[in-house]
Amino acid sequence: MKQSKNMLAGRRDSIISYGIVIIAFVAVQLMILTGNISSSLKGQLVPICAYVVMAVSLNLTVGILGELSLGHAGFMSVGAFAGIVATTSLADAIPLAPLRLAVAMVIGAICAAIAGVIVGVPVLRLKGDYLAIVTLAFGEIIKNIVNVLYIGLDENGLHFSLVNQTFQLAEGGEMIINGPMGVSGVEKISSFTSGFVLILITLFVILNLIHSRTGRAIMSVRDNKIAAESIGISATRYKLLAFVISAAFAGMAGTLYAMNFSTVTATKFDFNTSILILVFVVLGGLGNIWGSIIAAALLTILPEVLRAVNDYRMLIYAILLIVMMIFNNSGIKTRLMEKRAARRAAKQASKEGI
Amino acid sequence: MTFLSYLINGISLGSVYAIIALGYTMVYGIAKMLNFAHGDVIMVGAYISFCSTSYLGLSPLLSVVLAVIVCTVLGIVIEGLAYKPLRQAPALAVLITAIGVSYFLQNAALLIWGSSSKTFSSVVGDWSVKLFDGQLNITGVTIVTVLACVVIMAGLTLFTNKTRVGTAMRAVSEDKGAAQLMGISVNRTISITFAIGSGLAAIAGVLLCSAYPMLMPTTGSMPGIKAFTAAVFGGIGSIPGAMVGGILLGIIEIFAKAYISTQLSDAIVFAVLIIVLLVKPDGLLGKHVSEKV
Amino acid sequence: MKKVLSLLLAAAMCTSVLAGCGNSAGDTADTSSDNGAESTAAAFKIGGTGPLTGDAAIYGNAVKNGAQIAVDEINAEGGIQIEWNMEDDENDPEKAVSAYNNLKDWGMQLSLGSVTSKPGEATATENYADRIFALTPSASSTAVTEGKDNVFQMCFTDPNQGTASADYIADNQLGTKIAVIYKNDDVYSSGIFEKFQAEADAKGLNIVSVTTFTSSSATDFSVQLSEAKSAGADLVFLPIYYQPASLILQQAKSMDYAPKFFGVDGMDGILTLEGFDTSLAEGVMLLTPFNADATDEKTQSFVTKYKEQFGETPNQFAADAYDCIYAYKAAIEASGATPDMSAEELCDLMIQTFPTLTFDGLTGEGATWDATGAVSKDPKGMVIENGVYVGM
Repeated sequence: MKQSKNMLAGRRDSIISYGIVIIAFVAVQLMILTGNISSSLKGQLVPICAYVVMAVSLNLTVGILGELSLGHAGFMSVGAFAGIVATTSLADAIPLAPLRLAVAMVIGAICAAIAGVIVGVPVLRLKGDYLAIVTLAFGEIIKNIVNVLYIGLDENGLHFSLVNQTFQLAEGGEMIINGPMGVSGVEKISSFTSGFVLILITLFVILNLIHSRTGRAIMSVRDNKIAAESIGISATRYKLLAFVISAAFAGMAGTLYAMNFSTVTATKFDFNTSILILVFVVLGGLGNIWGSIIAAALLTILPEVLRAVNDYRMLIYAILLIVMMIFNNSGIKTRLMEKRAARRAAKQASKEGI
Repeated sequence: MTFLSYLINGISLGSVYAIIALGYTMVYGIAKMLNFAHGDVIMVGAYISFCSTSYLGLSPLLSVVLAVIVCTVLGIVIEGLAYKPLRQAPALAVLITAIGVSYFLQNAALLIWGSSSKTFSSVVGDWSVKLFDGQLNITGVTIVTVLACVVIMAGLTLFTNKTRVGTAMRAVSEDKGAAQLMGISVNRTISITFAIGSGLAAIAGVLLCSAYPMLMPTTGSMPGIKAFTAAVFGGIGSIPGAMVGGILLGIIEIFAKAYISTQLSDAIVFAVLIIVLLVKPDGLLGKHVSEKV
Repeated sequence: MKKVLSLLLAAAMCTSVLAGCGNSAGDTADTSSDNGAESTAAAFKIGGTGPLTGDAAIYGNAVKNGAQIAVDEINAEGGIQIEWNMEDDENDPEKAVSAYNNLKDWGMQLSLGSVTSKPGEATATENYADRIFALTPSASSTAVTEGKDNVFQMCFTDPNQGTASADYIADNQLGTKIAVIYKNDDVYSSGIFEKFQAEADAKGLNIVSVTTFTSSSATDFSVQLSEAKSAGADLVFLPIYYQPASLILQQAKSMDYAPKFFGVDGMDGILTLEGFDTSLAEGVMLLTPFNADATDEKTQSFVTKYKEQFGETPNQFAADAYDCIYAYKAAIEASGATPDMSAEELCDLMIQTFPTLTFDGLTGEGATWDATGAVSKDPKGMVIENGVYVGM
C-alpha cells in the first residue's frame, strides 16, 4: 500500500516536472509568435535552459545521492570547451547546425562523464564536507587547467599544448582555445528549442532513473549506507553511477551554454557558479526535480527583474534569497499553512451551517 | 637560502589563512555549519579598522578593538536574523542562507564604501627582522600574525576545555539533543559561538589587510575560500588543525609557485589537497568518527 | 499539502515575474522591433553595460560616472540631448548580454558597448547582429572589434599597448634584463603580454623571467618578485591593473628590490588609490592616455566636477567614457543625425562618420579611427616623480 502510494507520488512529481517545462515552452513560444516578449527575457531563454539542466543534474548528486558537490560548474566547463572544440572541428563535416550541436553535446557529455569518473572513483569514498571540498578543489583545478590550455585546428588536425603555445598552426588554421584569452567568435548555434529538448531528455533520463530499481538503490545508499550494503547493494557502484550521470548532463548543459555566447572563458565556471547551481537545488528542495526547475528559472530571471532598483539590485537579491530560504525551511510556512487550513475549515463549517 | 626565504614567505601567507581558518573551524565545530559569510565579516572588520584610523584618527590598536566590537555585534545580528530561524532546517539550507548573507555583506559594503579599492595601512607598522645580512627578511606582520594565531589557538583551546561556556559548546557539538536535556541552552551557546567567531574574523581581517593591504568589498571572499580549504585540510572542527592546515596551505602555495609553475599553482595546491584527503580522509588532525549502524 | 503550497507560491512568483516581463515587453514592443523609431522624445538614448558590482565594480562605476558628467554638460548646453543608461553586467558575458537586451528594451539607439573585454566581445556580437552602433570606452581586446563593422574603441587595443611598451623600452634603452609579471586569467593582461613578448623578441630585448598570478592568488607576489630579482632583472614590466601593482610595489620594497617598474594604462589610478603611499610608486613608468593631474583646462574641469559629484579622483576609464560621449556628440553633429532616427539608421551614419572624425579629448588629441574600429592616438609615456606624473 505504502509502496504504491510512493510510486503514485513519484509519477505525480514526474507529471508536474514535464508539465511545467512543456507549459513554459508553449507559453514562451506563444509570446515569441505574438511578438509579446522582451528582448531581455528572450536573451535569457538558453541560459535558463542550461541552468535548469545543471540544477536537475546536481539534484541527482545532492538530493538523491545525498552528497554535497561544490564543483558542478567544473563539469559544465569540461562540456563547454569540449563542445566548442567539437563544433569548430565538425563545422565542415556537419553543416546542419542543430545536428552539430547535438553531436557536440554528446561529446561534451562524454568528456564530462570521463571527468566524473576520474573525480568520482577516488573521492566518493570521502564523506560529507570532505567530499564537498574535494569537488570544490576539482572545480578549481579544471578552471586553472583550461585557463592555460591551447587548442588549435588546421589541416593537420587538432593541436594541443599546456601552459605555453608550443605548436605553430599551418596556413589557414585557427586557434580554438587560446589559453587565458579563452574562446572568441563562437558561432551561436544554441536555440531555445534545443534547450527545451535537452531539458526533456534530462528529465526523462533522471526521472526514470530515480523511479527505477537503481534509483531506489541510490536512495537507500543515501539514507543508510551500511544497511544498504548489508543487503548486497554496492554503495560505491551506485554512488559512482549517480555522480557520473550527473556530470554527463552538466557537460551537455555546458555545451548548450557555451554555444549561446560568442565568447567563453574558464573563469566563468568557477566556485561562484557551482554555488549558484547549488542555490537552485536547495531552494527548489532536495530531491525535488520540479522544484529545481522552477528555482533555476526564477533565480535566473530575478536579477534581471531587479534591474529596476538600480544600485540596490544585488543587495535586494541577497535579501530575497535569505528570506526565501528562511520561509521555505523555518516554521513560518507550516504555521501559515495551518492558519489557512483552519480558515478553510471554518469557512466550510459556516457554509454547512447555512 | 632561497629555500628558507620561500619557506618564510609560505609561513607568512599561511599564517593569514590560519587565522581566518580558526574562525571557520570554530563555528563549524560547534554549530556544524559552513559559514560562507565568514570571509565577508573579515572584510567588514578590515573596513571598520580602516575607517576608524583614516577618518576618525583612532590609534591602530583602538581601531582593532572597535572592529572586533562591531564584528561581534554584526555576527550576533546575522546569526539572530538569518541563521536562528533555521535551527531545525537541514544543514544545506543554512549553507545557502550563509551564501545569501555573504552576497548581502559584499553588496552592502559596495554601497557604503564604494567600489574603489583602498590601501590599508598596516596596524603592525612597517618593521621587519632581517637575518643573514638581509638575505632573509621576516616582516613584522608575519611575526604578529603567527603570534596572534598561536595565542588565539591556545585561548580557544583553553576556553573550550576549561570554562563552563566552553564545556557547553563542546556538549552542543557532540550532541545537541543530549546537551539540551542536560539543561544547556543550545540556542544561546550557538549564538555565543558566532559572536566569538565574528570577533576573531575582525582580527583576521585587520591582519589580512596589514599583510596584503588591498581593501575592497570582495577582499574577503577569496581568502575565505582558501581558509575554508585550509580548515578542511587540517581537519575541520579541530582548532590546532586549522592552524596547521592554514600554514601548510600557504607553504604549499608558495612552493608550487616557486618550484613548479606560477601558471599552474592553483591546480597544484588543490591537487595536493585532494591527495592528502585521500590518504587521510578526515584531514590532518581531524577526529575520525566511526559510523553508527 | 506543503508541497502544493510551495508550488502555488512559486507559481505565483513566476507569473508575477513573467507578467512583469510581459508588461515591459508590451511597453517596448514597438521600440524593440523598430529600435526607437517612434520615440518622440528629442534625446538620443545611449546605453552601456559594465561591472557595477563584484570584483571589477570600480571600472564600471568609473565609466558610469564619467559618461554621466559628459551627458550633463551636453544636456546643459541645450543643443543635443542625451539620455544615458548604464546596466550592471558583473563582468560576466552572460549578464552582459542580458544587460544589453535590457537596454534594447529600453530603446537604446547608440551603445557604449561594455567596459571590460570578455563581456565586450559578447555584447559586440549582439551589437553587430542588431545593427546598433557601439563605441566602447575600455574593452580593449581585438576580438571586440574584429569582424564587426559597427563596433569602435575609444581605448588602445591590447596588442597596440604591448607593442608600444616593448618599443618604448627598447628605443629608450630602459632595461637590459626584463621581467614580466602578468595576470593569466585576465584577457587584458595576457593580451598585452603576448604582443609585448613578440615585439620584445623582435627588438632584441632580453626577457629573463615571466611569472603570472590569477585572481585567486592576487595577494602574495613574493615568489614572482624573488624570481625576477634572482634573474637579475633591472626592469619589471607590469601589464596589469593598479591594485595588484600596488601590492607588488609594496612587497618589492619590503624585500629591498628596486628595479624600474613599467606599467600600461591599467597602472593609471595608482596615485589616487586611497591610503596608498605614493613614495612607493616613485620612478614607476607607464603608458597612459590620461593624466588626472594635467593642467589643461579640459582635464581640470572634468576632474573637479568628478570629485565634486562622486568624491573620487577619476581614472582613465572615466576619462575614456567622457570622451566616448563627446565623440558621439561630434559624430552626431558632423553627420546631422537626429534623435528620431532608428538605431539602424544611426548605425549606418556612425559607421560612415567615425572614420572621418578627428577628435580631441581628455585621453588624447587628434584621435582618429580606421574602418576596423580601432582608435589611433599616441599613448603618453609618463614617469611618476614626487607623486605626480611627469611626461617622459
